[in-house]
Parts: sequence; structure tokens; C-alpha cells
Amino acid sequence: MTGQSSGVVLHFRDIGINDRPTVGGKGASLGELTQAGIRVPPGYVVSTRAFERFLAGIDPQGSIRHAIEGLAADDLLAISRVTQGIRERIAAASMPTDLRDAIMAGYAALCADEGDFPLAIRSSATSEDGSEASFAGLQDTYLWIRGGDGVLHAVRDCWASLYSSESVSYRLRLKLPEEGLAMGVVVQRMVNSRCSGVMFTRSPLTGDRSIIAMEGSWGLGSAIVSGEVTPDKYVVNKVTGDIMKRTVSHKTVMHVPDLAAGGVREEPVPAERRDVACLSDEEIVELARVGKTIEGHYRCPQDIEWAFAPDGSGRESLYLLQSRPETIWANKDANPAATPKARAFDHVFTVLGRRGKT
Amino acid sequence: MTAPAKSNAFPLPSEIGDVPGTEGWQNMYPYFTRFRPEDDKVFWFYNAMHFPEPMPAFDVVTAEIPYQGLGAFTTRVFSFPTTLGVDHRIVNGRIYITAYPVTDPAEIGRRLGLFQERAGFYYQNWDRLYAEWKERMLALIKEVEDIRVPPLPEFDDIEVVTSGRGIGQNHYVREAYHRCIEAFSKMWHYHFEFLMLGYGAYLVFFQFCKKAFPEITDQTVARMVAGIDVFMFRPDEELKKLARLAVELGIDGKFGDDVDPADTMLALGQMGDAGRKWLDQMEKSRHPWFLMSTGDGFYHHHRSWNDDLSVPFSAIARYIGMLKKGQSIERPTEKLKVERKHIISEYRGLLSTDEERGAFDQMLGLCHLVFPFVEDHKFYCEHWFTTIWFNKLREFGALLARWGVIADAEDFFHLHHTEADLTLQEVSLAWATGSVPAGRGHWKPILKERKRIWEKLKEWSPPPALGPIPDDIADPALQMLWGITSETLAEWARTPDAASEHELHGFAASPGVVEGVARVLKSANDIGLMKDGEILVCPVTNPSWGPVFGKIRATVSDIGGTMSHAAIVAREYGMPAVVGTGTATKRIKTGQRLRVDGDNGVVTILD
Repeated sequence: MTGQSSGVVLHFRDIGINDRPTVGGKGASLGELTQAGIRVPPGYVVSTRAFERFLAGIDPQGSIRHAIEGLAADDLLAISRVTQGIRERIAAASMPTDLRDAIMAGYAALCADEGDFPLAIRSSATSEDGSEASFAGLQDTYLWIRGGDGVLHAVRDCWASLYSSESVSYRLRLKLPEEGLAMGVVVQRMVNSRCSGVMFTRSPLTGDRSIIAMEGSWGLGSAIVSGEVTPDKYVVNKVTGDIMKRTVSHKTVMHVPDLAAGGVREEPVPAERRDVACLSDEEIVELARVGKTIEGHYRCPQDIEWAFAPDGSGRESLYLLQSRPETIWANKDANPAATPKARAFDHVFTVLGRRGKT
Repeated sequence: MTAPAKSNAFPLPSEIGDVPGTEGWQNMYPYFTRFRPEDDKVFWFYNAMHFPEPMPAFDVVTAEIPYQGLGAFTTRVFSFPTTLGVDHRIVNGRIYITAYPVTDPAEIGRRLGLFQERAGFYYQNWDRLYAEWKERMLALIKEVEDIRVPPLPEFDDIEVVTSGRGIGQNHYVREAYHRCIEAFSKMWHYHFEFLMLGYGAYLVFFQFCKKAFPEITDQTVARMVAGIDVFMFRPDEELKKLARLAVELGIDGKFGDDVDPADTMLALGQMGDAGRKWLDQMEKSRHPWFLMSTGDGFYHHHRSWNDDLSVPFSAIARYIGMLKKGQSIERPTEKLKVERKHIISEYRGLLSTDEERGAFDQMLGLCHLVFPFVEDHKFYCEHWFTTIWFNKLREFGALLARWGVIADAEDFFHLHHTEADLTLQEVSLAWATGSVPAGRGHWKPILKERKRIWEKLKEWSPPPALGPIPDDIADPALQMLWGITSETLAEWARTPDAASEHELHGFAASPGVVEGVARVLKSANDIGLMKDGEILVCPVTNPSWGPVFGKIRATVSDIGGTMSHAAIVAREYGMPAVVGTGTATKRIKTGQRLRVDGDNGVVTILD
């Protein structure tokens, strides 16, 4: 990649958290994890530069920006009409050759490493204040995409999703500037999870920082996130690595890839697997170790999505799908458990000097 | 613990009837140990940890005297602010206990003033006072060893005349017996002199850890507190030393599972230098390290290794076997120390502020100050002193048997200690008068009946608690020693459901889940029966059981908390353990398949 297309496509291993402005939050996080030695489904990011070049190509005068800036946040009808027009312009425009070549080269390299697997194409929004989480769900994600043309198409659809009526009315409502608006697009191998779930590196129940709590179930993680299955629960001591609790649930349904529809569909869990723990002790320990590594890397408790799935060679591996700082307990002010006293044994007088629990 | 009645989950003391066929069991025990009508208002719990079996009449001295010692220090010496002493009652041979609380805030404040001065003095001078304590304990042990029980021969010794002693030897029967009882009382005072202060330090740290890390398990806190170079492991280390020496000297062929220790010793004595060298080491090791009770020092029939050498010898044989196969028998103490350091520094690192870390350092430091006593006192008191003491009492039993008052020396332990005193006085009188003691006609049928009742009482399953559940259990002794908290009570009071027929609940003492075949062993003497890969189900473990831990998959015990021997050893061996189940040895049969869940403290009978 040389000339104008340089920096248009970036492999995860070449991305760090500080690249957020050019690759978006999701892309930066996946790159950061990869650089930290954590296995994420491999992929690359089509950077904001690609979007900017594409936009400059179809709209050198900035008419799109002006059209949106002229809209009122509460005029939903106008928003709907204007954004539809913009999306049609994006869909009809041709992709500049160098962009096309760069994206296809990234795709070819991924296939060379991993084989021709289905891919996920995800919007990776950027924002000045780093609150891209608030954009979550407003831009599109395309799953189980195959082939180079499919990738090109999905990347363009992601860009177009910046101009969905929901996205635009959200920006208008929050008075977010259209100037400098950009988006990265993550192109990433899909993993066909045998089991998947979430992990908190502190207790979601008590905030205990010495605990790692996991939830897992058969198939893709969407079944847990959407609450359609009661997952198995595991609690691990972060310090000793001991598994403190295993709660095996009755897991009736699972999500599996729906390649035809490009999404997921629900399937009953085979009877013989319903009451079987989805994670072995070894897997729990491995997961906890990775959770601890990520927490250590970011220096704060994390909320993590994970999966056990076959890698490019068909061997099963642990994949981290996403990691973000835990926010619920982090925002609570905790009283210190105790403060030092004049003499160590003065603590005894405090505890034994009154009835009841301290 | 007096409390308004909240629930009728436990029967009232007055509702407990006699076990059929044991009527009159009350006569074995002192009048003051019987439940009284007003006791129905008080919460009592069964002290299964120390008294898992019905009490022989003599052995109730191991409740009466310890509780005199405990209460002296909590109520009167140190003036613990919120608690007086622990009281006990006996029903159907079982010991139920309660602690009397102090609830009036003004009174708590008054007691706290005294407590700060008195307990503060001990904490401040802990190391010096503990060093003196060891001297006092060793002197007391020597004193008991030196007590001479007069044989009461036909004629007194000539020295009574030639030395002008002026006292006939029957006097010394009384004196020797009283000195025994007095030494036992002193031992228990020494026992509690430091113990409750030690537990206080533990409790402070436990509470801090629970507050800072709400889901931390007791076992993890225990791992930060527990010592590694402690007496508890020493007897087992001596066995390993003897096994290594036997291999080194090439005399290991003399050891095996079916070999009589006396024959082995005799054979070694005739083997020249190698045999003698081993026997010399054996003499060094067994005093005092084989003075391990095979129980917990609360029953006369829990003998020491020295009383039954087949226990240590079969363990030595097993260690020799492992050495021959090239297996390691070393305890990885360095690794354990590194692990402990790691756990402490990781938890410390997870605290939020330097202030919290400062408090953590103080509290853990205090635990490390007190732990040598808390860990090692048990060997001095319950094992070393007590096994010697019971053997001294056997000499009085032998005297009574020789006088035909009791059929067998062991029957002595079916007399209450005051009855034994009285009977010894009568024999001393009969020796003096030249007559036949009336005890001959008196005791034999009574003791025969007591032994029958005692056997029958073993069939009873005592309720874990009696009386109304108190609102809160604020007594640190109960929390630390017996693991009794409001949560434990709720667990005990749970209505049994269908699953509980196949499930036993106890303390999750060491993590992991395994399935395997049960081997129920009532005594450490039977450890030879244990096969590789079985699950050990036993009443209680102490260092006597050490040799067995290398070959089992999991441990389940009737008695014990997270700081108990079984828990500590199981954690070191990395095997699941559930302790304090109360009834495992009764409900589980050898050969049944079990699932032991050391994470949740549940044992499931799978067959």
C-alpha cells in the first residue's frame, strides 16, 4: 500500500489504543488487545481516512454536511427524506480504485492467514470525547459476509449507516458537529463459537475486585446478551486462580450462524448437552488468566466478551471479542474497609468492643 | 445467648427425651450439666467439633475444666466487652454449649476499658509472654510425668521409716490424684490465656477481608494467616525422616503393612549399628512428636501414636514404599511460602488506597504475631499434655482394678472424676484399715450398665442446636472456633428437602470437585485400609492422618472449620475438602460413590 492508499487499511497488530481517531473505538480496542498478546478474531480496519477520501470523492463541496447542518433535530420527516437521499448517493457512487485495491488486499491477506472464512463487518465510530459507546447500535454491523465483493459492499453499507435517520437525529439532538465526522470499519473473521459468554473482572454482585465472574452458554454469545438462555455461571478467585463456584444451568436454546440470512438463528440445545457445563476447568482457568491479563493491561476492571471457537486450522481456541472498562462499580464511591490505627491491636478493640457485625 | 424466640426451627431442651434403653443416663454426669427449665429460653448448640461422641462419665472433665479456663479469661481476667463465658449442658451424653452475652451498652463500655488495659498488655508483650508460656507448659508436662501413683503394697516402703517421712503412702494416692486434676485445670487455663486474644486478632483480619473483598472465602483468608513451619506438620515430618533413614541404612525391608512394630523394634535392636542408629532416631522422634492423639484430646480412648505404634509404623512403611518407587515425600515448604507471599501481595495490591493497605498490614501483622501460639498450643495442650495425662490416670485405673473395685483399668473412665476421687479415697481407707473396699460390690454392675448405655447413646443423632435462634451471634469465640454465624444457623435450620437425603453440607474447606469411592474410617488406626484414589470420610483429622493424604482424592470430615487440620492439609495437597458436615461418617458407607464439591461445601451420595 503506497501513495494515497497508505494508512487506509491497517492490520490489528499495527493498531494501538491511541489510534482511536483513525480507526474508531472498536478497531482501536481490538488492535490494543492484539498488541497485548490477547487472541482476538483476526482482521483489519478500513480507517477513517478511507471514509474521508470516499466522501471527498462523491461530495467535494461538502453539500452532504451542509444539508444535515440545515436540519432541525425535531423535524423527523425532513431528516428521513434528506438522509435517504444521502444514502442513495453513497450506494450509487463508485469506489475509488486505490481504496478498492487496499480493501481487497487486506481481505486477501486475511484469507491467506486464516482461510476463506465468513467475516463480520462492523462500524467503528470515532468521537472527540471518547464516548463512542453511546453510538453503539446506531451504526450497522454485517455478519457472515463472504467474498471480496461482499466485504466492499458491507464497508460501503457501514459508511452509509452513518447517515441513517437514527444516527443523524442523534447527532442533531446532541449537537455533535458534522465537521470531521468519520468512521472506521472493522473487517474481522467470524468465529463459529462452540460456547461463548461474558466475563467481569470484578464481581458484578458486590464489586469484589478479587473475583472474576463468568457466564457462558452453548453457541454464539447473542443468546446470552439477549437473555434468551440462562447461562452457566462460574466464579474464579483472581488471586489464587481457584474456581470458587460453578453453577451449571439448564440451557435449552443456542444461537447458531444463519449464513443464508447473514445473521443468527435460534436452535434447541441437544438434550444431552443441556445440563452439561459449557466450560471445563481448564477453560475456566484459561479464561480467568486472560481476563487478568487484560485488566492488568488496562489497569482497571473489564467487561469482556469471549468465545471458544475453531481457529483457521480448525483447532479450538479462546477468542476475546470485546473488552471495555467496567462502569457500574467504578462509579460507586466505596468507604475504606479500615484505616490504620496508632497500634495494630487497637483494631481488636474496635471490633470486639461492640456487639454485632462491623 | 438469650434472645427473643424467632423461630421454632430447633427443638427446646425440654423437648428432648431419653434415647430408649438409656434411661438413667443422667446419673453418669454432674447435676449441674442437666438442662433446667429456664434453659428453654437460651440458644444452645451441639459442640460436635470437640465432642463428636457421647461422653464417658470421666471424660466430661474435658468440658467442665476447659470451660472453667475459657470463662475465667473472657469473663474475669481480660474482661471481654461483649461476652462472658461458655456454659455447657449434657443431654443423652452430648455436650451442648452457649455463650452468655453482655448486651447493656454501659456495661460493654465499662468492660471495654478493662479489656483495653489488660488485653493491650498481652498484645504488647506477646512474644515475651509466649516464650514464658512455653516454659510453664513444659514444666507442667514434666510435673504430670513425674507424678507417682502409689502401688499400695502389703507393707509400706522402709524409707517411710528410715527417712522419718511420717506419712503413709495411701496419703499420696489422694495427693497424686488431686495433682493430676489440678494440672489438667492449669493446662486449660494456660490454653485459654492467649487463645481468645489470638482469635480476636484473626477475627479482625477476617472481618476486614470480608469488607474489602465481600466474596473472599474463609479458606483464602486462612491461607494468608496460616503458618507453614508449624508443629502440626512436625509429627508427619518425623515419620518421613525415619522412612528416609531406614532406606539410607538399608533396613527398609523390616517395614511393611502387616509387621508388628514390637517385632520390628526387637529385630532392629539385634541388627547392629544400622538398627541401633534407626532406633536412636526413633527415640528422639517419638518424644514428643509421637505424643499425637489419634483424636483431638477430648476422649480417653483417643490414644497417642506412642500407645499404638502401628499407626506411625504403617505410615513409615508407606513412605518407604514411595521412596523406593522414586516418588517425592518432601513437603514443598518453599513453594508454599512463595505462594502465601504471592497471595498476600496480590490482595494487598487490589486494595484501593494506601490507607487500606496500612490497615491491612497492621491486621495481618497482628495475625502473624499471634499465630505461633494459636497454631502450636494444640500440640502442647490437647496432644502432648493430654495423652500423657490420660495415661497417668490409667495408673489409677490399674490400682482400682488391682483392688478389684473395677473389672478393668479402662473402666476407670466410666467413673466421674469426683466418683473416681471418692473411690480412690475408699481404697486408701481400706488399705489402711486392712479391710475389703465396699467399692467391690458397688461399682461393677453400675459400670457395666454405664458402658451399655454409652454404647446405646452412640445411636442418637443430636440436633445441631436447641432453643430459640438469637438475632445475632456477636461472640468472636463462637465465630472463629466453631464457625457459627447467623448464616450457619440458617443452614442448620433449613427444612430438609428431597435432595438433602443424598446431600451433606459442611464448610468448603479446599476447592475443587471430584467423584470417587468413599472409605469411611473412624480412627487413624485404620489408615492402612485406605486405597489409592479413594475419598476419605472421617470424624476429624489431625496430624495422625498425615500419611494418608498422599493417596486420596478428597476429604470429608464430621468436624472442623476452615482453619482445621483437614482443611489446611487438603489445601496444601490441592484436593477438595468438605469439613464440619456433622454426620458424614454416619450417613456414608464405605464403597458408595460420592461427589465432593469443595467449592460449595456439599457432599453428594451418588449411589
